[in-house]
Amino acid sequence: MTAITQIRRNDQPIYLDYQATTPMDPRVLEVMMPYFTHKFGNPGSRSHAYGWEAEEAVEKARGQIAKLIGADEKEVIYTSGATESNNLAIRGVAEFYKDRKNHIITTVTEHKCVLDTCRHLEQQGFEVTYLPVQQNGLLDLDVLRAAITDKTVLVSVMAVNNEIGVIQPLAEIGKICREHKVFFHTDAAQAAGKIPLDVEAMNIDLMSISGHKIYGPKGIGALYVRRKPRVRLVAMIYGGGQERGFRSGTLPTPLCVGLGEACEIATKEMGAEAKRLAKLQERMLKGLRAKLTDIVVNGDLEQRIPGNLNISFAYVEGESLMMGIKNLSVSSGSACTSASLEPSYVLRALGVEEEMAHTSLRIGLGRFTTEHEVDTAVDELVRHVTKLRAMSPLWEMAQEGIDLKSIEWAAH
Amino acid sequence: MAYSEKLIDHYENPRNIGSLDKNAEDVGTGLVGAPACGDVMKLQIKVGPDGLIEDAKFKTFGCGSAIASSSLVTEWVKGKTVDEAETIKNTDIARHLALPPVKIHCSVLAEDAIKAAIADYRAKAKKEEPKEAAE
Repeated sequence: MTAITQIRRNDQPIYLDYQATTPMDPRVLEVMMPYFTHKFGNPGSRSHAYGWEAEEAVEKARGQIAKLIGADEKEVIYTSGATESNNLAIRGVAEFYKDRKNHIITTVTEHKCVLDTCRHLEQQGFEVTYLPVQQNGLLDLDVLRAAITDKTVLVSVMAVNNEIGVIQPLAEIGKICREHKVFFHTDAAQAAGKIPLDVEAMNIDLMSISGHKIYGPKGIGALYVRRKPRVRLVAMIYGGGQERGFRSGTLPTPLCVGLGEACEIATKEMGAEAKRLAKLQERMLKGLRAKLTDIVVNGDLEQRIPGNLNISFAYVEGESLMMGIKNLSVSSGSACTSASLEPSYVLRALGVEEEMAHTSLRIGLGRFTTEHEVDTAVDELVRHVTKLRAMSPLWEMAQEGIDLKSIEWAAH
Repeated sequence: MAYSEKLIDHYENPRNIGSLDKNAEDVGTGLVGAPACGDVMKLQIKVGPDGLIEDAKFKTFGCGSAIASSSLVTEWVKGKTVDEAETIKNTDIARHLALPPVKIHCSVLAEDAIKAAIADYRAKAKKEEPKEAAE
């Protein structure tokens, strides 16, 4: 295990938003540093030692990324992050095969960059099916099977959801896709380095990876593109033909090296880390349940990464709770902080009622989260939920036994 | 989002949290908003024999701005006549707390809550009048 136990300064809030981003592992930074300074060569320079040195570094890192997902290094291309990888995978496949097939299947709980890409393709004349998910957040395989037609070119289903942390049945989805000769893309931004992934065993044809979700640098990601059977893509960025022509542009050597190292560390430590995080997750949930009633975990608790909890604290609005727990950095499913006052579309897709969606927080645990931080977080949450419930008219009514659904609310 | 000091003060030290007897004749209760929209305010006023609002209490489910808006209006209505309290505008609340544009609806809800509480009080008072006349 890592020797580093704390990465935050004592005057900083406790970071519990590991699904938004992760701090970089100091070991990652260490291997990156020389590539910012004296090893600054362009990996595309074939004529001198600077270039060779940089090329060797990015290729080593490519191998480290490939190893994490059971791929061959030739199948990994660098991108700027998972958003670009998702764009390239979905648009690239759709546009390459559009003369034969024009149908794409995805789910309603995908990340915005997948949904927005699909919306764009719909405007271009493609047909997109957005599959619902079950109450636990997982895709029903029969629903998937029924949606596939002879025009379906691609199924894109995220490996792990960014809001609720649920793990989709990737191997089963891959099997169905292979049987129907449909490409399978998975957005693994939240999954890589957290759960074991194997592109062969899971029949995954395309996979998006992000650097900053796995303790690597921001601004780098990767896309796995299967070679056998071959997946072809239309490139989105034209230029010098780097990355097998799929993604032109000079590779950012330090970032590539950082992503590689982050994958290497994850490959080695994933098992132990998952066990440690599962304990912390359980500790937090037990701690909260010991002192609070009416709390609900959104999304399946078993098919879930251990670093995520998405909890509705009934009768307490999420944003007011976040304002209280100043010493904790979490995110809210109420989305009231954004201009739109709509609660999270992911929670809505699970059938979580709007009033409960407004009371939800996403709590992300990760490599540098300590037991002490979890205990402090539990104390703060209990204190503020209790305080806010004492001033909640809904809590008061619920205690009086009034059914909140029996009231005719004046929606505004 | 950066909130004003006044808003944070009302959120952290809310004034007049609590409930009055909603069945009392001198108490008016306003319950506005909806759980599905993420905010519900309950505001109550108690009107003295002199026609002045002698007490006000609130409970709010909502964001920090909603809590602060309702806390502020309970302070404002105390000592006012019902007619005076009715003139409180959402723009006054928004200005006082320096609400950001996306939070203006919180001040609107607070204004609605006072109006609803006053309407409830008046409805009760009206019912009372014929009784008194009969005596």
